[in-house]
Amino acid sequence: MHIAEGFLPAGHAVGWTVAAAPFVVHGARAVVKEVRENPETTLLLGAAGAFTFVLSAIKLPSVTGSSSHPTGTGPGAILFRPPVMALLGTVVLLFQALLLAHGGLTTLGANAFAFAVVGPWAGYGAYRLARAAGAGLLPAVFAGVALADLATYVTTSLQLALAFPDAGSGLAGALAKFLGVFAVTQVPLAIGEGLLGVLLFRVLTVNARPELERLGILRPAPVVPAGGAA
Amino acid sequence: MSRRRLVDALLVLAVVALFAVPLLLDGGTSEYGGTDAAVTEELEADGHTPWFDSLFSPAGEVESGLFALQAALGGGVLGYVLGRLRGRRSATPVSAPGAGER
Repeated sequence: MHIAEGFLPAGHAVGWTVAAAPFVVHGARAVVKEVRENPETTLLLGAAGAFTFVLSAIKLPSVTGSSSHPTGTGPGAILFRPPVMALLGTVVLLFQALLLAHGGLTTLGANAFAFAVVGPWAGYGAYRLARAAGAGLLPAVFAGVALADLATYVTTSLQLALAFPDAGSGLAGALAKFLGVFAVTQVPLAIGEGLLGVLLFRVLTVNARPELERLGILRPAPVVPAGGAA
Repeated sequence: MSRRRLVDALLVLAVVALFAVPLLLDGGTSEYGGTDAAVTEELEADGHTPWFDSLFSPAGEVESGLFALQAALGGGVLGYVLGRLRGRRSATPVSAPGAGER
């Protein structure tokens, strides 16, 4: 999903940067607020950031014969709401743009919009919808984490199609072309990432119960002897 | 507890299989090039050229080393946090199930 440095026309580069910037600034505020008001969840915040850091560094083979990398933005979006991931995701992209020549500064806005804004919001939305429809925590986590991954790549395809419409078939043709490269390859990766998200939340529900209750992921355990509050 | 372990193990196995099986079935016919690079090549083939170059481009093995560093940092922090959370739970005596005070 990394659009390479210098490829987006200047107008698009500026446009996506302007579009992504408010989300990232708001996300930075959300992170500061979270750390200041709930220092006890800082540890989990670190875990959410670390999850994106690892997953976005690993390129995995797919059924299409090409390889791609997951995004890892889903769990953080579910735990801390999407704004937090707008900052954490952008930090990851900046690291890769500056040190790995992967992505770039001129395409940081577009990449951040796909990776750190649309992905987390889509994942969070899927998670909330699944929960509202009565799904359990883990199925909802699977849906949210997998969709955060897939939505990022669909967004990148759309961004590329907007910048480079096909001479003959226009925007739709270009979108189909870029989706052909990204989306199909990404499906097994999104499923794998969803399973990893489920694994992470299985560990957290056992070991970080107080935090998950405070974040509203789990309902406080009913007091057994008195049998009231639930 | 043991059922829990089993489900965890099966999840890990499923993730590994998801990526290992296509790789094995493929029998070495595919190149497994990155999708990002594929798109970049396609754009270049269409005559688009970058108007700005990366400030720093790691050469060859340095790049894979830096990718490994990124994964190691993330994995290290994740392991530290999960280890601390687990240590915290086993350090507190089991009182009420859930142990949520508020």
